[in-house]
Amino acid sequence: MSKATNLSRRNFLKVSITAGGGLAIGFYFPGLAQQATAQARVFAPNIWVRITPDDTVTIMISALEMGQGVMTGLPMVLAEELDADWSKVKLEWVGADKRYGNPAMRGAQATTASQSVRGLAQLLRQAGAAARAMLRTAAAQTWGVPENSLTTEKGTVVHAASGRRSRYGELVEKAAALPVPKEVLLKDPKNFSLLGKSVPRVDIPEKVNGSAKFGMDVRLPNMLFARVLRCPTFKGKVANFDASKTMAIPGVRHVFQIGSIPSGDGADSFMASTRAEAEGVAVVADNFWAANQGVRALDVKWDDGPLARLTSEEIRQQMTDACEKPGAAARNQGDFDKAWAVAAKKIDVVYEVPYLAHATMEPMNCVADVRQDGCDVWVSTQTQTFSQEAAMKITGLPAEKVKVHTMYVGGGFGRRGEGDFVAEAVEISKSVGRPVHVIWTREDDIQHDYYRPVTYLRYWAALDQSGMPTGWKARLVQASLFARFDPHGLDPMHGVDPISIGGIAGFAYNIPNARAEYVHHDPGIPFGFWRAPGGSVSGFMTESFADELAVAAGKDPFEFRRGLLGGAPRLKNVLELAAEKAGWGKPLPAGRFRGIAAVDSIGSFVAQVAEVSIAADGAVRVHRVVCAVDCGWVINPDSVKAQIEGGTLFGLTAALYGEITIRNGQAVQSNFNNYPMLRMNEAPEVEVHIVSSTEAPGGIGEAATPVIAPAVANAIYAATGKRIRRLPIRAADLKKA
Amino acid sequence: MMISLTINGKQERVDVSPDMPLLWVLRESLNMTGTKFGCGIGQCGACTVHLDGKAVRSCSTPASTAAGKKIATIEGLSPDSSHPLQQAWIAEQVPQCGYCQSGQIMSAAALLATNRKPTDQDIDRAMSGNICRCGTYQRIRRAIKRAAGIRQEA
Repeated sequence: MSKATNLSRRNFLKVSITAGGGLAIGFYFPGLAQQATAQARVFAPNIWVRITPDDTVTIMISALEMGQGVMTGLPMVLAEELDADWSKVKLEWVGADKRYGNPAMRGAQATTASQSVRGLAQLLRQAGAAARAMLRTAAAQTWGVPENSLTTEKGTVVHAASGRRSRYGELVEKAAALPVPKEVLLKDPKNFSLLGKSVPRVDIPEKVNGSAKFGMDVRLPNMLFARVLRCPTFKGKVANFDASKTMAIPGVRHVFQIGSIPSGDGADSFMASTRAEAEGVAVVADNFWAANQGVRALDVKWDDGPLARLTSEEIRQQMTDACEKPGAAARNQGDFDKAWAVAAKKIDVVYEVPYLAHATMEPMNCVADVRQDGCDVWVSTQTQTFSQEAAMKITGLPAEKVKVHTMYVGGGFGRRGEGDFVAEAVEISKSVGRPVHVIWTREDDIQHDYYRPVTYLRYWAALDQSGMPTGWKARLVQASLFARFDPHGLDPMHGVDPISIGGIAGFAYNIPNARAEYVHHDPGIPFGFWRAPGGSVSGFMTESFADELAVAAGKDPFEFRRGLLGGAPRLKNVLELAAEKAGWGKPLPAGRFRGIAAVDSIGSFVAQVAEVSIAADGAVRVHRVVCAVDCGWVINPDSVKAQIEGGTLFGLTAALYGEITIRNGQAVQSNFNNYPMLRMNEAPEVEVHIVSSTEAPGGIGEAATPVIAPAVANAIYAATGKRIRRLPIRAADLKKA
Repeated sequence: MMISLTINGKQERVDVSPDMPLLWVLRESLNMTGTKFGCGIGQCGACTVHLDGKAVRSCSTPASTAAGKKIATIEGLSPDSSHPLQQAWIAEQVPQCGYCQSGQIMSAAALLATNRKPTDQDIDRAMSGNICRCGTYQRIRRAIKRAAGIRQEA
């Protein structure tokens, strides 16, 4: 997700280079002020860290851990600047708390858009550096020596000249009495000692013995369980229902309608829905099984509403029609029309991708406990802020009365940036006056998602006599994620959605005439942020199109790209590295073919070479994927590798299988039997090569997902001469005649 | 009705509907939440436990079927995460979100119990019923081989 990137520069920093080469940072953050603590002997120089006399360094975690490694990586950043002893670091989750907002997410606590490190690293570095500076001052005053004669290492201040050493814990009382410095010196990344090391993830031990607590695992005294039967047709309503059979099931206590949106509900938050998306009937019971049986016994008459006859075919026709007229220009360079008019050869093709569900392994669920005087929410969420907001809307309680308890997240991928499942649970708990755990079944989860939007794109290319491109034009039709929550829609953006079209408009190959247009069209199916919501669509399209251009020019796909990437040195570098490591151009075993792709997204650069074979029945097997990644300076190399491995498989599942089809205004797919996931026996070995860099850190959770579909599609072209322009890849299309 | 279950060597009596899947008995009646709900139809493996040593999907196993059999869950694999698979999972830094990993480890444990040196094909066969949405498969494979003492390239 990259929605907030253009708004992310609110954390203005006064930065100046000091004589010593470090960066002096002026503070502008309210959180970076000395914290009053109840205990006298605690050093809490800011909201992010506190140190106690036993040398324990407690670092606060404001982002959510969903496997991407923030729970290890973010504290490493602070610990680095603090020169803390990592073995003495303890971590503490924060709930919904404005002071911990991510500046890159308009101040919200939202673990989305691969923005945790990018938005928070600078803050955490300052927090750690300020604490370190104060500890050093405390030692200097104790020993009566100049501050610049002191160094720090592993939780200790050292005076090299005299050999004196003092542990941070010993300096707590003195440091706590000092003023917070107005400016601090940050380390030059080349002097990092902890960052750049593969530190074992702190959450892993709990995840191998079943003790890690996800939202699904919350158990409260007096808690009831609920399932909601939502209208299967999007935007439909409950006409009436008969609960008599449901109420007869032992354990069922309440059945009632929920999710009706009162008129004048107002806009959602800037990136999340904070209300139930669907109307439905809630069944509340002593245990989930009874609630589930109760739902099965319900007899509901639905008012199917405006989308009752909508199908995927109809949607495809709508998208095709919407692409007939010019869209809003996101890039206009040179004169494409002129290039087209005089072109010796032409390309005119259409690319399409379907709706996609997220299918996190932990289905949506939420525990809410609404009382007269307050509300507690325990939830696997990607955003404490919007979970709190959803609960506030329904209870009418102020923020200080709504507590969000942070849990491990069993997969997010953007789905848990929404607040619909929180709103439902709060509404149900409020109705029954007890804590309630609302659990979605897998069917509920897949059929009531906010899907990655269906997308249609038409590409035109003008070629000269030799087949080299002189110009390209793209017109992309997609429902606007950017406009979904903004009351002004796309007006301030002159009709351009930067999330949708950013990757298309940013086509990095040096071709003189270029035009990218965006058309907003929403067929009405709920849509939202997916892992790399823009890049996973545009990456497939741009990099398949680049391959088409290479073929038209009669050139090797790698050499063709390399020749046109003069203006994009980091992208070119990863492209070359991936090709080299994969042995591009060298012979392969019989029946195997290579494809290459390179995508620049979320501040990181990833290139991949996929090795693919195709069975006689058309089934595609990806054997090996070689990746090169440049994500700026690296916090935890093994976490980067893990994210590239996983992000690649996430994209591969979508490329090979991912498709939500619509019939009668409903999602056809419902569970893993008809919305399949890549499995162990189909998974390629992913080999990751990280470029050493001192550039600012890029995102990593979403960096690899856009690259694999085009790498595989291009390998399929190499194998069969068939160009994949529509995902998922269909085996039937590749069957040998 | 009252059902008697032997879970991780311990006798438990629960009063549940006999058609209630073992998964919900574990998670709700006994507060053993290490075993996860993923799909409810035996497609994803997140709910994998052992029934008399065999890996089964507890979401599709009625509690009454499990009565009289030895049930083993992730909580019973070792008292202190010392099982070779748990140690290998840590060494290979396998989990990401972690939600599927109890089921992955239980499937792997059932495999190694009957096949001490599994081939890649054996691993594929035993593990392809367990979905990992985070895509940790290659680390799972390495961890199984590590636990089995199979030499691997660096």
